[in-house]
Amino acid sequence: MQEQEQGAALLDVRKLSVLIKQSSRQKVRAVDAVSFSVGVGETLALVGESGAGKSLTAMAIMRLHKAQSMGVEADSIRLDGQELSTLSDREIRKIRGSTMAMIFQDPLSSLNPVLTVERQLVEAIRLHNDMSAAAARQRALELLDMVRIPAAKSRLGEYSHRLSGGMRQRVMIAMALAGNPKLILADEPTTALDVTISAQILDLLRELQTELGVGMLFITHDLHAVRSIAHRVAVMYSGRIVETGNVEDVFSRPHHPYTEGLLAARPHGSFSLDGHKLREIPGTVPSPADRPAGCAFGPRCNRSQPDCESQPPSLRNETGARTSFACYHPLKEVPA
Amino acid sequence: MMLRRVLLSPAGMIGLVTLLLIVGMAISAPYLFPKGPWALVARPYLWPGSRPGIPFGTDALGRDILAGVFYGSRVSLLVGIVATVCALVVGITVGAIAGYFGRVADAVLMRITDAFQTIPGFLFAVVLVSILSPSISTIIFAIATVSWPPVARLTRAEVLRVRESEYVQSCKIIGMSAPRIILTQVLPNSLSPVIVAAAVLVATAIITEAGLSFLGLGDPNVMSWGTLINIGRPSIRSTWFICIIPGLFVVLTVLALNLLGDAINDALNPHLRKR
Amino acid sequence: MDRQFWTYLGWRVLQSLVIIAIVIVGSFLLLHLVPGDMVDVLGGQRGDMDAELMATLRERYGLDQPVLVQLLNYVGSVLQGDLGYSYRNATDVLSLVLQRLPATILLVVCSVITAVFFGTMAGVIAARHAHRPIDVIISMIVLVFYATPIFLTGLGLVIVFSVKLKLLPIGGLITPGVDFSFLELVGDVALHLILPVFSLSLFYIAIYARLARASMLQVLDQDYIRTAYAKGLSTYNVIIGHALRNALLPVVTMVGLQIAELFGGAVLTETIFSLPGVGRLAYDAVFERDYPLILGVLLVCAFIIIVVNLIIDIIYTLLDPRVEISR
Repeated sequence: MQEQEQGAALLDVRKLSVLIKQSSRQKVRAVDAVSFSVGVGETLALVGESGAGKSLTAMAIMRLHKAQSMGVEADSIRLDGQELSTLSDREIRKIRGSTMAMIFQDPLSSLNPVLTVERQLVEAIRLHNDMSAAAARQRALELLDMVRIPAAKSRLGEYSHRLSGGMRQRVMIAMALAGNPKLILADEPTTALDVTISAQILDLLRELQTELGVGMLFITHDLHAVRSIAHRVAVMYSGRIVETGNVEDVFSRPHHPYTEGLLAARPHGSFSLDGHKLREIPGTVPSPADRPAGCAFGPRCNRSQPDCESQPPSLRNETGARTSFACYHPLKEVPA
Repeated sequence: MMLRRVLLSPAGMIGLVTLLLIVGMAISAPYLFPKGPWALVARPYLWPGSRPGIPFGTDALGRDILAGVFYGSRVSLLVGIVATVCALVVGITVGAIAGYFGRVADAVLMRITDAFQTIPGFLFAVVLVSILSPSISTIIFAIATVSWPPVARLTRAEVLRVRESEYVQSCKIIGMSAPRIILTQVLPNSLSPVIVAAAVLVATAIITEAGLSFLGLGDPNVMSWGTLINIGRPSIRSTWFICIIPGLFVVLTVLALNLLGDAINDALNPHLRKR
Repeated sequence: MDRQFWTYLGWRVLQSLVIIAIVIVGSFLLLHLVPGDMVDVLGGQRGDMDAELMATLRERYGLDQPVLVQLLNYVGSVLQGDLGYSYRNATDVLSLVLQRLPATILLVVCSVITAVFFGTMAGVIAARHAHRPIDVIISMIVLVFYATPIFLTGLGLVIVFSVKLKLLPIGGLITPGVDFSFLELVGDVALHLILPVFSLSLFYIAIYARLARASMLQVLDQDYIRTAYAKGLSTYNVIIGHALRNALLPVVTMVGLQIAELFGGAVLTETIFSLPGVGRLAYDAVFERDYPLILGVLLVCAFIIIVVNLIIDIIYTLLDPRVEISR
C-alpha cells in the first residue's frame, strides 16, 4: 500500500530540512527532515500552529526561501519524476509557475500594486506558453472565468487595490493556473479572508482540483479547511511531522498526543489553531533554537516518559494503526 | 545611552572624532596663528610642502593657507550652527502651529512654505545677501530663511501623528491650554526626526556659506573656506591647490556631519538598522 | 483618466495659483526691502539728475503712490508678463530672462536625467548586492559625492578634464567662431555640457542612489516580489518589471522637491563654466545691483518650478494608481 502510493506520487519529499542562520556560526533547523508525498489529483494538508515550519517547507520546495539567511537540505525532492534538489536556479525557474505554482496568504500584498490584473496575468501566461499577446489576453479572460470572476473583461484593466479580498485571491489563483501546473502549493490561502469568502475560495479550490486533476499541498492552521478540502493530512509540530494519514483516520483516531490535543481543542471554539486557543495543551511550542533533545512535544505531553527525552521519535507505522506517527507512547486504539 | 550607541557604530565614531578635530582647529586658531589669517608670510603662490612651516602653501597675496583653513573653520562652524538653530526655531514653530491647529492656519502656513520651496534656495540666498549687503549676520539670516521649510514640513507631519494620540487628547479634555500642550506634550514626542535632520542642515548651511563666499558674497572682514576658494579661482589653471585644500576641508566637515547624522538616526531607530 | 483624476488636477492647479500669488507678493516685498527705489539707483548711476526730474520719474512709474496701490500695479503688470525694466541692460526683464532660459533648462534637464539614471542604477545595484563588497564601495562613493559642494565638484572636474587632460572645453556652451552644421552643433554643445552637467548632478546622483537603495531594499522584501519569483521570472525581470517601478516612486517625489535646488545650483555651475543661462544672469545682476532683473529671474524660476511640480505630480499618479484613493 505504502509502496504503491510512492510510485504514483506527483511530489515526493525525502528528509527536507530548512536551516536558518542565526549568526555566522549558529544555524537553527526550523524544518527538521520532513518527508511526505502528494499524489496526482490528491490534496495533502500540512497543518500546525504558527511557526511549525509549514510555510518554510513550501518555500523550500519552490526554492523561494531567502538564500542569504536560509539553507535547504534534502535527500530528494521529486516532482513529476524530476529531481528538484539538484537543479540549478535557472532550471528551477522554468518549473516554477509551470509544473508547480503557488498561492499566498495575503492576496493584497501579493499582487503588484502598480500593475493591472491583465499585465500580471499575461506575464505569467506568456512566460510559460509560446503565445501572442492577443492569445494571452484571451487566455487571461478564460482563466478569470475559470476562477468564477464575473464580468471578467472589465476586471482586466483593474489594479489590485480596486478589487475585493476574495476577488484578489481569485486573481492569484488564476495566475497560479496560468502555467498549467501539476502541483499547486497553497500557503494559507484563506487565512486573510472573511469566513464566507474563505468558504467560497475553498469551494473554488476543491472544484478546480477535481476539474483539472492537479495535486495540491494545502497549508493551513484551520482544521475545518483541512476537513473540507484535503484527502490526507500531515500534522507538523516544531519543524517535524508528528502524524500523517488519511483525513478521516487522523481526525477520528489520532495516535499522537499532540494531534489529539489539537482535535480536543476544537469543541471549545473555532477550528483555528492560531493564538492561544489550545487550552487542552499546557505550555507553548518551543522555538527551533531551543527544541529539546528528545521528542519536541515531550515537555508539554501528559504521556511523556523518561525515554522520550533521549532522541526524537521518527515517523512509523504500527500494526493495526491507520496513521503514521512519531511517538514512543502513542494513544492506543479504543477497542470497538 | 544614545551617545553610546552612536559611538559604537564605526561611522558615528569617525564622524564625531573628525568633527571634534575641526572644532579643535576652530578653538586653537588664534593661539597657533596669532597674526591672523590675513598676514603676509611668504611670496605669493607658494606650493604646498615647498617650505617648512607653511605646509599648505600661500595664496595670491602670500597669505598662509593653513592659517586661512584654521580661521575658516570658525566661520563655517559658526554659520552652520547658528543658521541651523534659527531655521529650527522658525521651522518647528511654523510646523507645530500648522500641524496642531490644522484648518486655516495649516492651509495658510503650508502654502507659504510651498512658496518658499518653489524659489531656488541658493539663488534666493544670493539675492538676500546682496540686498542686505554681505556680513556674517546677513549670511546667517539668508541661510536660515532658505532652510526652514523642510523643518516645518517634517515637524508638521510628526505633530499630525502625535496630535491624535490618547495622551494629547486627554490633555485637551482636562482643559490644558494649546501652547502648553504643544510645548509639553506634542513637541517632545515629535522632534527626534527633526533633530536627526539638524545634522544635515548644519552640513547644508556650511556648503551654502562656502558657495556664497565662493561667489564673492562672503563677509569681507572674515576669512572662510569659501573666501579662500574664491581667492584661488582666477588662478585655477596653475595653482589649483588654493581652491582644493579649503574645499577638501568643507567635504571633510560635511562628511563627518552626515556620518554622525546617520549614526544618530540608526541609534534612534534600531529596528530600521536590522533590515 | 477618470473624474477623480480631473478633480485632483483642478485642485492642484488651484493650489499652484495660490503659491504663484504668494511668490509675486513676496517678490514685491523684497523689492521694497532694497534701500532706495529704482529712481534713486538710476539717479546715483547718472549722478546728474535733479530733484524735479526724479519726482517726474517717480510719478511716471507710480512710485509716489501708496504701497498697496504699488503692490496692485506690480501684481497687475507681472500677470501681464511685464517683469520690469533692466536699466543696466536697457531691455525689459522678461525678454532678457527668456533669452537666457534655454541654456539653463538644457543644463537642468540634462542634470535631472543624469542624476536619476545613474543614481537609480547605483542604488539598485547596491540593493541587489546589499551588505556585500560592491554595496559598500557604492555607498562610500555615494557618501563622498553627497558631501562635495557643487562648486568644488565643478572646479575639480575643470582641473582634471580641462586643464590637466585637456579632454573637454573649460567653459561656454558653443565653441565660438566656428561654422557648424546642425549635427556638429549638437555634438559641440554636448561636449561643452558634460562637465557642467556632472558637476551639478553628482550631488543628486548621491541622493537618488541612497534613496533608490533604501526603497529597493524595502520593495524587494514585499510579497508581490515573491509572487513574481513564484511565476518563474528571472531576477533581472523581477527587478526591472516589478520592483523598479515601485522603488522609483520615492525618487520621483524627491525630484519634484529638489527641482528648485537644481536651479539654485545652476547659479554656481553657470558661473564656473561661463554658461549663458539665467543663473549667470542673476549672478551678474547681483553685482550690478540690478534688482528688477534679479527678482525677474526668481519669479520666472519659481513659475517654471511650480509647473514642473505639477507635471511630476501627474507622472506620479500615472506611475502609482493608488494615489487617487489616498488623497
